[in-house]
Amino acid sequence: MSTADTLGAPDAHQASRGAFTSRKVFILAAIGSAVGLGNIWRFPYVAYENGGGAFIIPYLVALLTAGLPFLLFDYAIGHRYRGSAPLSFRRMSRGAEVMGWWQVGICAVIAVYYAAIIAWSLRYAVFSLDQAWGDDPGAFLTGDFLRVADPGVGLDFVPGVLVPLVIVWVVVLAIMVAGVQKGIGATSVFFIPLLVLAFLVLVIRSLFLPGAAEGLNGLFNPNWGALADTGVWAAAFGQIFFSLSIGFGIMITYASYVGRRTDMTGSGFVVGFANSGFELLAGIGVFAALGFMAQAKGVGVDGVVDQGLGLAFVAFPTIISEAPGGSLIGVLFFGSLVIAGLTSLVSVIEVVISAVRDKFALGRVSASLIVGFPAALLSILAFATTTGVPILDTMDHFINRFGILLAAVVSMVVVTWVLRDLPGLRAHMNATGSLQLGRWWVVLVSVVTPAALTFVLVREFQDTVASPYGDYPGWFVNVFGWGSAIAVMVLAVVATFIPWNKQVSLVEPLGEDQ
Amino acid sequence: MSGSAIIMMLIAMLVLWGGLVLATINLVRYKGEEPEEVLRDL
Repeated sequence: MSTADTLGAPDAHQASRGAFTSRKVFILAAIGSAVGLGNIWRFPYVAYENGGGAFIIPYLVALLTAGLPFLLFDYAIGHRYRGSAPLSFRRMSRGAEVMGWWQVGICAVIAVYYAAIIAWSLRYAVFSLDQAWGDDPGAFLTGDFLRVADPGVGLDFVPGVLVPLVIVWVVVLAIMVAGVQKGIGATSVFFIPLLVLAFLVLVIRSLFLPGAAEGLNGLFNPNWGALADTGVWAAAFGQIFFSLSIGFGIMITYASYVGRRTDMTGSGFVVGFANSGFELLAGIGVFAALGFMAQAKGVGVDGVVDQGLGLAFVAFPTIISEAPGGSLIGVLFFGSLVIAGLTSLVSVIEVVISAVRDKFALGRVSASLIVGFPAALLSILAFATTTGVPILDTMDHFINRFGILLAAVVSMVVVTWVLRDLPGLRAHMNATGSLQLGRWWVVLVSVVTPAALTFVLVREFQDTVASPYGDYPGWFVNVFGWGSAIAVMVLAVVATFIPWNKQVSLVEPLGEDQ
Repeated sequence: MSGSAIIMMLIAMLVLWGGLVLATINLVRYKGEEPEEVLRDL
């Protein structure tokens, strides 16, 4: 019996949305989305700061009780309702559509600044060849390269950022125009194995540097007392949540491109463990290199450890300058950042493109250009300038916490307790899944995960209001921090009132579980 | 490296990389179906 006989022929819009041609391509695309900059430059520091080797316990608990259940929750929504985030939520319930647009708005904000970090990484991959940062990588980053100005808004462009940023957007637009399979899928199939290979070579090289063992000792030496600290558990749940690309529409969108009979539960476990497995690999590589740096400086690992921009663009250049074969380490490290960032950026912008396509029944090329060009323009205007860094820093902090995290908690509570859709989602996943979701999944998704994420959210809120973020002026934080987080909520409400194109069915497509 | 650090590193490797291997084996052995409908990305 043909698929069409069983399921009913898809409507014209549904049939033209595109799809991944195989489970393997979907899994690689989902891994490409999950494995991003945070895996490389955030996880090692968070683990080190929160108990070292002992952190693995709360980390695993968070992965198994919140990360994987939430990932499967996103998969279930996208796979069952077969649409972008707004269309999937709209098909679930008329009033739920706004949550989808909220997630779309969050992705739009992230896309415009995330591209800038990839552009910096691209530039640093080239800098690595002759160690252009000289003797003081910190001063080079903020002075010579980024030419960071005081917090504000300006159009003083930095050519060294502008050119790679334009290149990044040209590549991203080409991928998006090429479509789900030929663009996103093909990019992931090529780049994810390359990313793993490049990082493996980097790790092996780092492990043979003098001092590597001390670095690993710093990362894995357990501080058991940390397990009694609720902040450590919050850090573990936060790391898992931010690392897995869950709660802001990406996994809903990708799952809507997968065949109806695909094993989504089995795929989810592969994606979840691949993401955490890569984080572990990154932790080993980063701390082996930091151990070398500590030994070279004659200090302990605690004297060199850093995260985020400081780790990538200050600590690693120092390591590259001092290590034998430093240029190779630099190209591998920054090349890995570019690949990990690119495959994540593609997934973030696809959430927006997919939503616009669904709402207006647009073609792939026109939707990609309608979304991509304004995003690229905004990105270049805001982040290729001397005032880009403070804006990026502020938006990233607020949109992660009071965008992604808040939207995730709200969507889980609404779907679980208001719409009561979990039994249907569970039945859908179990109809084709290799691993059956029992009542344990319902309990985790309806109680444990929202409770844990709410705890993290409250702590973040308390920390953020306790002191001005980043010592930036109040107006600056209000506009680019709170302002961006609130703006996406308002725009989500506005988008909900725009009518759907009549070609788009707002009824749930029938599947084998119905 | 201290003994406890080595043990924790091995546990992390075993659980995360071992979990990935087991999840992959489960996926490959399951007789799931590939997509039957070819949706063109228009």
